[in-house]
Amino acid sequence: MTNLITLPILIPLIAGTLFVFWRKKLPFVRMGTQIITIINLIVTAFITFLVVQNGPIILETGGWVAPYGIILVGDALSLSLLLTTNVIAVAAAFYAPFSLDRGREEHYFYTFFLILIAGVSGAFLTGDIFNLFVFFEVLLMASYGMIVLGGTRQQLRESIKYVLLNLFSSILFVTTVSFLYSVTGTVNMAQLSERVGQVNQEGILTTIAILFFVVFATKGALFPLYFWMPHAYAKPPAVISALFGALLTKVGIYSILRVFTLIFNGNIDYTHSFFITLAGFTLIFGVIGAMSTNNIKLIIAYNIIPAIGFMIMGIGIFTDVSLAGSVYYLVHDMIIKGALFLLVGAIAIVAGTSDLRKISGLIKNYPLLGWLFFIATVTLAGLPPFSGFIGKLLLLKGAFENGHYVIAAIGLITSLLILVSVMRIFINGFWGVSMELPKEKRSIKPLYVPITFLLIFSVVLGIGAEWFLPHIQQIGVDLMNPSVYVDAVLKE
Amino acid sequence: MELIMAVLAGLLFTAGVYLLLQRQVLKIVFGTALLSHGAHLLILTMGKLNRGQPPILEKGIEHYADPLPQALILTSIVISFGVTSFLLVLAYRAYKTNKTDNMEQLRGSDHD
Repeated sequence: MTNLITLPILIPLIAGTLFVFWRKKLPFVRMGTQIITIINLIVTAFITFLVVQNGPIILETGGWVAPYGIILVGDALSLSLLLTTNVIAVAAAFYAPFSLDRGREEHYFYTFFLILIAGVSGAFLTGDIFNLFVFFEVLLMASYGMIVLGGTRQQLRESIKYVLLNLFSSILFVTTVSFLYSVTGTVNMAQLSERVGQVNQEGILTTIAILFFVVFATKGALFPLYFWMPHAYAKPPAVISALFGALLTKVGIYSILRVFTLIFNGNIDYTHSFFITLAGFTLIFGVIGAMSTNNIKLIIAYNIIPAIGFMIMGIGIFTDVSLAGSVYYLVHDMIIKGALFLLVGAIAIVAGTSDLRKISGLIKNYPLLGWLFFIATVTLAGLPPFSGFIGKLLLLKGAFENGHYVIAAIGLITSLLILVSVMRIFINGFWGVSMELPKEKRSIKPLYVPITFLLIFSVVLGIGAEWFLPHIQQIGVDLMNPSVYVDAVLKE
Repeated sequence: MELIMAVLAGLLFTAGVYLLLQRQVLKIVFGTALLSHGAHLLILTMGKLNRGQPPILEKGIEHYADPLPQALILTSIVISFGVTSFLLVLAYRAYKTNKTDNMEQLRGSDHD
C-alpha cells in the first residue's frame, strides 16, 4: 500500500521517457500527455485523501529501515503541494498544443514537461536531504531543456546565466550536505532533526543552516539572489514560463519551509529574524521591479518575487498561524501564477506583442479574456473572498500577534502595489481605444479551458476556505512540532 | 590525510571561483567543472578517510570505510558530468547564435 506514493513520480517519468520514441506523432503525444496528467491528478487526489484520513504514508525503498535507506514521506504538506502541482500540470498540458509552435513540440517539449513534473513531485516527497538534491537536479535538467527550446538569441543568452547560476547553487548544495554529513553522520531528515535537536543546534550547525538557506534562496529567487529570475522566466513561451513560475521557485520555498521547521529550529532568534528582514526587502524590491517594466510577461515574472517574500515572512515569524499562512499562500500562489502566465500568454497571442504600450482596448473583441484577467488580478492582490486574502490574513495575523508591525505594514503596502502593477495591464490593455489587431486573427477559445480550470481552483480555494482551512492549520501545527514527522518516520 | 584532502578541495574551489569570474564562457564552464571536483573531494573527506578498509560492516571487522559518501559521490559525479556536457553544448550554440562568448556583451535589455 505504501508503494502508492511512488506513483506520482513514476507515472510522468515513465510516460515522459516513452514519448521520446514518438516525437513526430504529435496528436498521439499531445493526447497521451493530457491523459497522463489527468491520471496523475486522480492518483494524487486519492493518495491525498488517504493521507488526510490515515496520517502520513512512509515508504522505505528496498526494505531498508528508516534512517539507513532512502525514504519517501507523504505527509499533508507534501501531498497538498503535490496535488497543486498536478492541477497546474493538467492545465499546462491542455494549453501547450495551442501556444507552442510545431518545432518546439516536436523537440521533446512533452518529455521535458513530464520529467519536470516527476522531479518536482520527487522533491516534495523525499525524506532524505541528499535525495532532495537529486530530485532538484532532475527538475533542473528538465528545465534546462525547456528554457533553451527554440534556441532564439535572447533565450540562449538568458539560459546560459540560468544554467550557470543553478549549477553553482547545486554545487553549493552538495558541499553543504557533505558538511552536514560530517557533523551529524546522517542525511535522513528525521534523524537530522533528532540529532541537531540533541546538541541544541551549536554554532557550526547554524553556519550550515545559513549555507542551506543561501542554496534554497538562490533557487527560490529571494532578495538579493533574484536577479537571474525575471528575464530568464519571461523569455520562453508562455506555457513554459507558467510551469517555471508556478513550480520551480516554489520548490526552493518548500525546501526552506521543510528544512527550517524540521531540522534547523534551534536558533530561531538568529536565523528566523534574519528571514523577516530578507522578506521585507524581497517584498519591496520585487514589487518595484514589477512597476518598472512595460513588458506584460516581465510584470508577472517580477510579481513572483513579492509572493516569495510573503511566504518567507511566514516562515520567519514562526508560529503555527503564520506557517499555515505560508502554506496557504504557497498553494494559492502556485495556482494563480500559473493562471496569470497563461493569461498574459493569451494576451500576447491576440495582440501580437507583449509591450503594454502597444496594447489597448482588447475588451471589445475579447471580453471573456478581460474578465478572466480581472478575476486573476484581484485574486493575486488578495481581495476577499478570493484565495489570496485568506493566506495574507493568516500571515498578517501571525505578524500582528507577535509584534512584527514593520513587516506587516510592508506587506500591506506591497499588496496594494501588486494590485496596481497588475491592474495596469488590465487598464492599459483592455480599456481605451480598440487597438489594431494583427491581420491573421487566431482563435484563442481552446486557451480559455485551462485558464478557467486554474481560476476555478483559485476561487474555490478562497470561497471554500471554511473547508480547506482546518487542514492547512493542522499542517501549521504539525510543522511547529517536528516530533510528529520524526515519530512517523522513525516509528518510535 | 584529511588535512591534505581538505586543502586540495580548497585549492580546487579557489581556482574554480577564479575561473567563474572570468568573462569568457568556456573558462566559466571549466570553473564549474573544477568546483564540482572540489565538492566531490570534500564529500569523500567528510566521510572520514579509512585507507585500505572494506566499505562493509560485518561481525569482527572494526575498521571499515564509510560507504555512504562513496554512493553520494557517484550520484553527484554522474549529475555533474551530464550538466557539464550540456553546458558545453549550450555555450557553443550561444556563441554561434550571439556571435560572442564574452559575458559582458551577453547582458540583456528590454530593447532587443
